[in-house]
Amino acid sequence: MSSDVVDTKRVKKQALGPYGPVGKALGELDDRLGVAKGGRSFLDKIFPDHWSFMLGEIALYSFVVLLVTGVFLSLYYIPSQAIVTYHGSYLPLDGQRVTQAYASSVDLSFAVRAGLLMRQMHHWACDIFVGAIVIHMARVFFTGAFRKPRELNWTIGSTMLILAIVNGFLGYSLPDDLVSGTGIRIAYSIILSIPLVGSYLGFLVFGGNFPGTAILPRFYILHVLIVPGIIIALVTFHLILLVRQKHTQFPGEGRTEKNVVGSPMFPVFMAKTTGFLFIVGGVTALLGAFAQINPIWQFGQYDASRISYAVQPDWYMGFLDGALRIWPSWSFHSFGYTIPFEVFIPAVILPGLIFNLVFVWPALERRYTKDHAIHNLLDRPSNRPKRTAAGVAVLAFLGILFIASSTDVIANFFHLPLSAVLWSMRILTIVTPFLAYPITYKICKELQATKGGGKRKTPNQVSRTAEGEYVATPAPVYVDDQHNELAPTEVPKFITAPPPESDDDGVRIIER
Amino acid sequence: MSEVPEHRTPVALSGLSEDDPHLQSAAKNPLLVERVIAFNFLLGIVLVAGFGAAYWVNAEPWILGATMGGGLLFLGVGLVAWGKYLMPKGPFVEERHDLANAQVDRDAFAAAIVERGGGVIKRRKMLGGLLGGGLGIFSVVAIFPLLRSLGPLPKGTLFHTDWRSGSYAVDQTGRRVQAGDLAVGSIMTVFPEGTQDTDRGQAVDQTVLIRISNQNFTTQKGRETWAPLGYVAYSKMCTHLGCPVGLYEQQLQLLVCPCHQSMFNVTNGAIPQFGPAPRPLPQLPLFIDPQGYIRAQSDYHEPVGPGFWERS
Repeated sequence: MSSDVVDTKRVKKQALGPYGPVGKALGELDDRLGVAKGGRSFLDKIFPDHWSFMLGEIALYSFVVLLVTGVFLSLYYIPSQAIVTYHGSYLPLDGQRVTQAYASSVDLSFAVRAGLLMRQMHHWACDIFVGAIVIHMARVFFTGAFRKPRELNWTIGSTMLILAIVNGFLGYSLPDDLVSGTGIRIAYSIILSIPLVGSYLGFLVFGGNFPGTAILPRFYILHVLIVPGIIIALVTFHLILLVRQKHTQFPGEGRTEKNVVGSPMFPVFMAKTTGFLFIVGGVTALLGAFAQINPIWQFGQYDASRISYAVQPDWYMGFLDGALRIWPSWSFHSFGYTIPFEVFIPAVILPGLIFNLVFVWPALERRYTKDHAIHNLLDRPSNRPKRTAAGVAVLAFLGILFIASSTDVIANFFHLPLSAVLWSMRILTIVTPFLAYPITYKICKELQATKGGGKRKTPNQVSRTAEGEYVATPAPVYVDDQHNELAPTEVPKFITAPPPESDDDGVRIIER
Repeated sequence: MSEVPEHRTPVALSGLSEDDPHLQSAAKNPLLVERVIAFNFLLGIVLVAGFGAAYWVNAEPWILGATMGGGLLFLGVGLVAWGKYLMPKGPFVEERHDLANAQVDRDAFAAAIVERGGGVIKRRKMLGGLLGGGLGIFSVVAIFPLLRSLGPLPKGTLFHTDWRSGSYAVDQTGRRVQAGDLAVGSIMTVFPEGTQDTDRGQAVDQTVLIRISNQNFTTQKGRETWAPLGYVAYSKMCTHLGCPVGLYEQQLQLLVCPCHQSMFNVTNGAIPQFGPAPRPLPQLPLFIDPQGYIRAQSDYHEPVGPGFWERS
């Protein structure tokens, strides 16, 4: 380099080009990976602005909270069923013989800084995670977003729901407290109920007869590595498909099957969604701070011969528990063999049927409607009354099963005989879906006939003409109800200064 | 470095003028919104810093959660509001391109698999068959470790408990139970001596001992000698899903399972009165030895706990 170059800031700046060090760095990256075009179109990806598209984000971000808090917990939890004498920081337990798993769970709640907060956040985030998946799926279902070409993403999402439920159960089991141990006991009995192979399967999963000493280490590695690993892979695939196939959108002005209208990924959606991540994390932290969940130190160590009253699983297992409660005691004994139908049907066949229905629904609908077209515009639920009614019927069925998981609490609370509650639940389970279907169908049909549903009615102004004739003219639409959106435009590649201003530093002049 | 190749000059790309309405913010009063957002961010900063301080001094969990949660919430609300009200309101549009390729490309893709790949196998059918056979056998063999090392085979273990002829009934602490220990109407959990603090003892051998009356009691025909001095013993494992049948309704003489509310009548052989349990609780035959200890005549006469395939 020659010595007469004047090394001023300005020269350096010019050498970097118009976009400064960031532009330079991106240039270097593009030299090696060729990302400029693809990266640019990724930043330009359009996200529809409808609120219902944020439900999946709740699921994603509560999963992030689960990962972060879960890593924290894994630093202190010991997955061992070895018996130790407790001498930790929770004094009422001092001197008791407990498992290491239970002792470490209690100690991470009381002796580790923010440990209790992290444990409660983890549990709340799990309940929110599964709930958000269900609501997100309901949105996708009722608006027909699962239709061609997105059936694969529906399948991936449904698989993630199952995995989320399974992992929730596994994690719930780890503290080895009295309530979760009872849950494992029930899971073992459910495995045992499978005809032909049940007892073998149970022994393989538990490493012998219940309880054994292998189950917590096995649940632990499934809970912290294998299942979350699969979920992370599926989330990645879910999002890749979403970018590849682009979002669906509701019909509206300027919205067609051939475009997507909304906000670009960068910076608008990025700001909103990052903010939303913080909100989900914040709400979870506030729940963890103020709403106690699963106080294992009150339940005590699991002991197969002890039990507590009003034991209930987490909400997403409620439908299974409810089904187990209301299904009659029909056991099959014959030819020297037993099929425990009283367990096998409600706990294995029923969830199997429901999830299979979820998986095959897109194919069923394609076959039934003979609609094999590509759909990017969403349905109003009322315009697809049969699908909507079927969805509501299934949700109502599951809702009643969920309520049935607290028959004893209901009977106690309302001072009703338990048998009356049980029988009403049995009847409701059968009747509700058959009521929900026609009622929903009828409501949808009524909504179809209503013009401008959801909009406020405008008054008619009645005026008398000079001749004495009365004329009713509709008043103009309320300002807030008017469609005042601009015509959509492409995301600009460059933002130029308005013409009148000139020659300031930093203005980019494009010339051919 | 100085020579940018011709094809990379971005001149042909479209732009919008800064004063284009699409680039304006959606807020009617941007200045006010900006202040509100700034206030949110300030609160968020204070709370997040407060979380750091609270963590440092090891404050109560609710203070940790309130500062962290509040901080994140305020930062998040501010950021969402910034994106929603102050950033370009759009709307912007993006064209969709057909996912499906032209028929010729699809055919070429299919041909590559069917003709190029399939042809290879068709020409060497035997090799393909052998390879397929090897992989098939391996995929079956790969399951063996799961079947043979994850756990023992059940064999007969589900059919028996550790109660033997002459086993002493002991309580949780291992103390032998004597005939005078229970008042009429009371209940306790007993185990065969030596198993009271084992996992298997608690899970499989757990037995409820109830004193129904002062006289020898018959719960069912053929069990005349099983309940001496009114002491009746049943397996504590519910026949529905194996929960401990831990609640005793003394007035109605019902054992209740708190999990799914199966109820068993202790006076007639624990026949289920209510709920999903399909079978009575197995009854343990008892005798009282000359020293007054309560002991088992034998093991249960049937498998305890929930149903399974091999159970007759």
